[in-house]
Amino acid sequence: MKLHEYQSKQMFEEFGVPIPRGRVAMTAQEARSIAEELGGRVVIKSQVLVGGRGKAGGIRLVDSPEEAEEVATQILGMTIKGLPVRRVLVDEAANIETEIYLGITNDRAERCPVMIASAEGGVEIEEVARTHPDKIVRVWIDPLLGSREYQARYLAATIELPRDHWRDFLLIAQGLFNAFTENDATLAEINPLVITADGRLLALDGKVVLDDNALFRHTDLAELRDLDEEQPEERDARKYGLSYVKLDGNIGCMVNGAGLAMATMDVIHLFGGKPANFLDIGGGASAEKVAAAIKIILRDPSVEAMLFNIFGGITRGDEVARGILSALEATPTDIPMVIRLVGTNEEEGRQLLTDANFETAPSLAEAAKRAIELSKGDQ
Amino acid sequence: MSVLVDKDTRLLVQGITGREGLFHTSRMVDYGTNVVAGVTPKKGGEWVLDGKIPVFDTVRTAVEATGANVSIIFVPARFSADAILEAADAGVPLVVCITEGIPVQDMMKVRRYLDQKGVRLVGPNCPGLLSPGEAKVGIIPGHIAQKGNIGVVSRSGTLTYEVLHALNQNNMGVSTCVGIGGDPINGTSFVDALAMFEADPHTEKVVLIGEIGGSDEERAADFISDRMTKPVVAFVAGRTAPPGKRMGHAGAIVEGGEGTADEKIKAFEAAGVRTANRPEEIPDLL
Repeated sequence: MKLHEYQSKQMFEEFGVPIPRGRVAMTAQEARSIAEELGGRVVIKSQVLVGGRGKAGGIRLVDSPEEAEEVATQILGMTIKGLPVRRVLVDEAANIETEIYLGITNDRAERCPVMIASAEGGVEIEEVARTHPDKIVRVWIDPLLGSREYQARYLAATIELPRDHWRDFLLIAQGLFNAFTENDATLAEINPLVITADGRLLALDGKVVLDDNALFRHTDLAELRDLDEEQPEERDARKYGLSYVKLDGNIGCMVNGAGLAMATMDVIHLFGGKPANFLDIGGGASAEKVAAAIKIILRDPSVEAMLFNIFGGITRGDEVARGILSALEATPTDIPMVIRLVGTNEEEGRQLLTDANFETAPSLAEAAKRAIELSKGDQ
Repeated sequence: MSVLVDKDTRLLVQGITGREGLFHTSRMVDYGTNVVAGVTPKKGGEWVLDGKIPVFDTVRTAVEATGANVSIIFVPARFSADAILEAADAGVPLVVCITEGIPVQDMMKVRRYLDQKGVRLVGPNCPGLLSPGEAKVGIIPGHIAQKGNIGVVSRSGTLTYEVLHALNQNNMGVSTCVGIGGDPINGTSFVDALAMFEADPHTEKVVLIGEIGGSDEERAADFISDRMTKPVVAFVAGRTAPPGKRMGHAGAIVEGGEGTADEKIKAFEAAGVRTANRPEEIPDLL
């Protein structure tokens, strides 16, 4: 789950990271009064969960409260990469001397957090990694020890941060690491971290991504979720413990297990068809979950056929069959479908489906080919 | 005839009184696995499966009483890190964690602690282990695999069953199937499992089932070309997965253009590993 810039910076501030004075506004009038409080010269920043806001014209410097209102009106009417701007952050404008980068993420290969710094701030770190890999410095953090002062000092020295700023930098690095661990983040990034003309370090922009699996212990943060972050179908799927990703094809897929769901998409593609979605009903799927899954697939108007591929381990075949039958009873559909059911309690499951006149397929390849035929109207 | 689990396995089930724990314990017992104990806090003193398996409050007491040497975990995600650490601390050398959804920071701490203790973890978010004819420690349906000389290692659950089923239909047997799980931070990597298969005299060939995300497959490819004498066949799921989207498994995501199926397939092919276009092709490639 992603946090907005203003939420990320508020989080950083709680952990001692200095941020510009500012507040979020829902209306242009609010933006104007915040600009008045801050003395007129402010930055109006659209709050949407995509990169490239600046290039899209979603971040603008203004000189007066009047201009703040005018620009906020424009930005609040914008759509950036498909996302409507519903909020703007009004921040005091900073006199920037230098822009650097500081971020923490998890390194899968090393199995621990990695703290990254670069003297090249203000551009995407992936871009710096491509063009100037030598400008990026990393230190790996022992998850049992946490970050140590010498590590941040090594970053400061290597990016040639003037020594006058080391003390502040060390405090910011420690604060950022604490924010990262205490909130179960998978990314906490300050980009840019600026040195102002009057010699202060300031987190001008912030980005936080939280571990969805840890939200159970951060219920306050879970409530901050921006519903625009995902499609409505993806959101509804999550409520039922399903994992759904919309794709651009016409064959709706319901599969148990993420790997098999991906393989099912790949096999449909291999035989010349196009999957309409990825959908994993997960382990231990109940009849209610299966019913919800079918309803979500059918909400996509481009679906012309459905393929159910169920291999039973933790999900029992009879349970899945009952789910399919009860869901189709509740939501009858003319969309043709083919069902493949193998594994634990497979006979019971298959029998239930055959008794109800559903078409089953013995292998994944045959199920995929049949689904492609059905999607073309070949009965 | 196998790696990690066999007839000498004395299994402890953490979370044995829960719905899934009890269901799969009964399946493992039916398969012939020697399940010696269960643990559920506050249920110590009870017995499950018609009085056959004693339940203990803590792993330490269970291990002391029964000599369990492998533990399998079915407890909910929020208690799983603690359950894994409890098993490691009680001296259990092999822990298999089925649970999905453990916070990644918990797993990083757990993994570091286990490495220091010398405890092997398989999973989490995995289907466990199956050594056909020897022992089943997990949720892999036992009837879809027969005893043989093919080692199977996979990040997936049901996709693994798909492959086992295809092997079985072609009368090909398996030494051990190792489900390493779909989380970004896990206990046993592809390289760990490949090294075990390379050392196992009864494994002659290996099937590796990977998916998008991370670089574990690329490291496996390096290991295969540098260190393995036994042939390996691979399948990588997610060629059609869009970038930036998490495909069900916490670890299955293409990030910043890295971790794509095509890159992994390329790495395998460069290492001389034959790759299948679909799971059902694997038996032919063997």
